[in-house]
Amino acid sequence: MHVIVCVKQIPDPALPGELDPTTNTLKREGKLILDESDSYGVEMALQLVAAAGDGEVSLVSMAPNDEVSGLRTALAMGAAKAVLVSDPTLAGADALTTAKVLAAATKKLGDADLIIAGTESSDGYTGTVPEQMAEVLGLPSVTFAKTVEVADGTLKVDRQTEEGYDEVTCSLPAVVSVTAGVVEPRYPSFKGIMSAKSKPVENVTAADLGVESVSWAQQIVSVEDAPAREAGEIIEDDGESFNKIVEFLDELKVI
Amino acid sequence: MGIDNIWVFAQAADGAPTTGTLELLTKARSLGSNVSAFIAGDGTAEASALGDHGAAKVYATGDLGGVLPGVAVSSAMKTVIDGGDTPDLIMFPQSYEGRDVMSRLSVKLDRTVLTNSTEVSVDGDSVTVQTPIFGGAKLVNSTFTGEVPHLAAFRPKSFAAEAGAGAAGEVVSAPVPDLGSTGGATVTAVHVEETSGPKLDEAAVVVAGGRGIGEAEKFEMVENLAKLLKGAPGASRAIVDAGWVPYSYQVGQTGKVVKPTVYIAAGISGATQHMVGMKGAKNIIAINKDQEAPIFGIADLGIVGDVHKVLPQLIAALESR
Repeated sequence: MHVIVCVKQIPDPALPGELDPTTNTLKREGKLILDESDSYGVEMALQLVAAAGDGEVSLVSMAPNDEVSGLRTALAMGAAKAVLVSDPTLAGADALTTAKVLAAATKKLGDADLIIAGTESSDGYTGTVPEQMAEVLGLPSVTFAKTVEVADGTLKVDRQTEEGYDEVTCSLPAVVSVTAGVVEPRYPSFKGIMSAKSKPVENVTAADLGVESVSWAQQIVSVEDAPAREAGEIIEDDGESFNKIVEFLDELKVI
Repeated sequence: MGIDNIWVFAQAADGAPTTGTLELLTKARSLGSNVSAFIAGDGTAEASALGDHGAAKVYATGDLGGVLPGVAVSSAMKTVIDGGDTPDLIMFPQSYEGRDVMSRLSVKLDRTVLTNSTEVSVDGDSVTVQTPIFGGAKLVNSTFTGEVPHLAAFRPKSFAAEAGAGAAGEVVSAPVPDLGSTGGATVTAVHVEETSGPKLDEAAVVVAGGRGIGEAEKFEMVENLAKLLKGAPGASRAIVDAGWVPYSYQVGQTGKVVKPTVYIAAGISGATQHMVGMKGAKNIIAINKDQEAPIFGIADLGIVGDVHKVLPQLIAALESR
């Protein structure tokens, strides 16, 4: 079984985000880490391949500056190889372009039984790329999966809904987007980290993939500060502060 | 020219359009446009409410037979567009199905998408949407620069839903064409997670717990307080990911957007991902032992203290009233 996982390398979410003053797009310079929401997909893929008994997990990613730190994390978890699309013309690309590029990148890795992605990235959170990739590749898809199983060549997914969840079956090959928490991502072992350094990462450009007309029909025209919400009264708990809450709830007439 | 033909992807539950759908129809109507709804199903039960919120026409796909709406509805939309009715703008709720339908359609039409928006404005032929980033600290205004239809998704509660447009929408059949290899996913069973009390995104009071609650068993405090206040319990992503509570409790970017009268954040530090889902609350009370927690920056009343002390005291005080 061959599972391809789409992973995004993002600026550390613990650091405050910054916009590029000229393009108004998110700054993605310097070190990028594996988006935590993609670690679930990598783990899911590794478990599915292990359950199938043979096969491998490979990765596709797109990053502006040849950055591989995040990819190495996923390789250290156990993925076998990766294709990295690194192309300055793709900086600030919209979701549709990203989906076209990643779909083309998967072809570099050979036929996949399953393509897994997170439901949305933790930095841009457009949340459309997996389903767009499925359409580009002409595949069925199941988004927002909270459990994923493969049995007898069929995919079985519990899919998150607003009211609960749906059981969905799907033919393979297919694209699945997984929610955070679908599995517990493993920590890379020391051995995994060492071996990841020599695993193949192929660098390609959009042109190498045959994706032409790299442009997108949206433009940021301005960025403004949101109206600030004033902080109110902050008090240290002295053992009686619950009374303050009761008074406040009383004032608001909710009790 | 101008923007005079807007579609809204309509969602419904038990024969009634969702609030998010009615919000988008109301907004579309306010832009002075011809408005159509596009719905999965036969549309008859919903046509009156859809019409009264602005949809003169209701495109209905008929029963999807378990096929997921993303691929089915987008294909039906493409067929109508190919048939000559090309909208200038299609508005989608930022929901599971809304995102899927929009994503598929964007590839079919080769159109860009703008998501997570909270406002839309029209100036001549130009459509601009506004999207909050960095947890709502900044607002990004983006315009579509390509061909119509423009595709945009809007977060829940971005607009007020108002009836009063009048007659029921005219139901027009928009069948799903053969989906070929893309139609391979089918729903075989539907599970509804029953909850007692008001729904999280409609409750006047929301009591939400985060990592500071310490352990799964202690979430009971949050549920008890919510019950006493006739509200709904909610949660941060951290404890949903940790498996303490179901995903349906999650408030934030990837969960529910809530705008209650009172939001009580217990042991929640206020990550960007959480704040974007609750900063629209009219009043915010935060209890956290870290006085540097970002949540205090937007709280009307902040208690720097231990939730394991303050919550039980608060619960006891309310019980004795």
